[in-house]
Amino acid sequence: MIIQAICFYLFAAITIASAVMVISARNPVHSVLFLILAFFNAAALFILLGAEFLGMILIVVYLGAVTVLFLFVVMMLDINVAELRQGFLQYLPIGGLIGLILLAELVLVLGSWVITPEAQAVARAPIPPIDEVSNTAALGNVLYTDYIYLFQASGIVLLVAMVGAIVLTLRSREGVRRQSIRTQNLRSREQSVEIKKVQSGSGV
Amino acid sequence: MESLLREYLPILIFFAVAIGLSGIMILASYIIARQRPDPEKVSAYECGFEAFDDARSRFDVRFYLVSILFIIFDLEVAFLFPWAVSLKETGVFGFWSMVIFLGILTIGFIYEWKKGALEWE
Repeated sequence: MIIQAICFYLFAAITIASAVMVISARNPVHSVLFLILAFFNAAALFILLGAEFLGMILIVVYLGAVTVLFLFVVMMLDINVAELRQGFLQYLPIGGLIGLILLAELVLVLGSWVITPEAQAVARAPIPPIDEVSNTAALGNVLYTDYIYLFQASGIVLLVAMVGAIVLTLRSREGVRRQSIRTQNLRSREQSVEIKKVQSGSGV
Repeated sequence: MESLLREYLPILIFFAVAIGLSGIMILASYIIARQRPDPEKVSAYECGFEAFDDARSRFDVRFYLVSILFIIFDLEVAFLFPWAVSLKETGVFGFWSMVIFLGILTIGFIYEWKKGALEWE
């Protein structure tokens, strides 16, 4: 139990420290690497809560794929670091405003049991105890039946993301020679081969 | 809960050992080894010629496309895990719910195949 508490404070402290480093690191690539550290520690916190599946998905999807995407974006934008720093104070008011709004929303969400204790009971889906049903099974029991509309909506969101990425980034280049097996097979002997009678001794 | 976390204890010990060992190795090389830096030693190592350019050259946007398509199918597979675990509980309804989900994503897959987004020219 004491190890659990120590682990929680350790992982939480590293998460917050690396989150601060994400926004304060000079090099954007270092920011992404600190983001990876923050995600990793968040996954450890999920496992401490007993939500193994979410922790593992955080590692597989966020660490394996999303941060790689962030690295690509950072590389692709070709950011000049000094130029980036210049706008920092200029955008501070609007950034601070957005941060305050988010903070107020978080306080409202997390503090809702103080204001309306009865609202909590309505929103909460009954979570089976972890000793009876594992986290993965508990998710699977409700996700595909009780929350089917949200599940299908997430499928449509993924479809839109896929189509959007293709529409935005795919461009066909001119002058690229692709192998087309169909046209290769459709060529007849008459189109491609010409037989000439050569008089012996005269050359072509 | 307790038994679940006890299963993760070896991983925690493994991480502690790995971080400790790598930290000791880095620190020991700072403390024990003789340090005499000069500009040639601390400059970036480039094989055979002087380092002349920034390593951060711009990427082609097609890497981004491949990456984002990978994420989408990664998420699709992530949804399959709890479905497979609790298929006995959710029954036929859960099965067809997932089939519709896969069908929606298959539409996208056919679209990207026909568009040639999977080809690298």
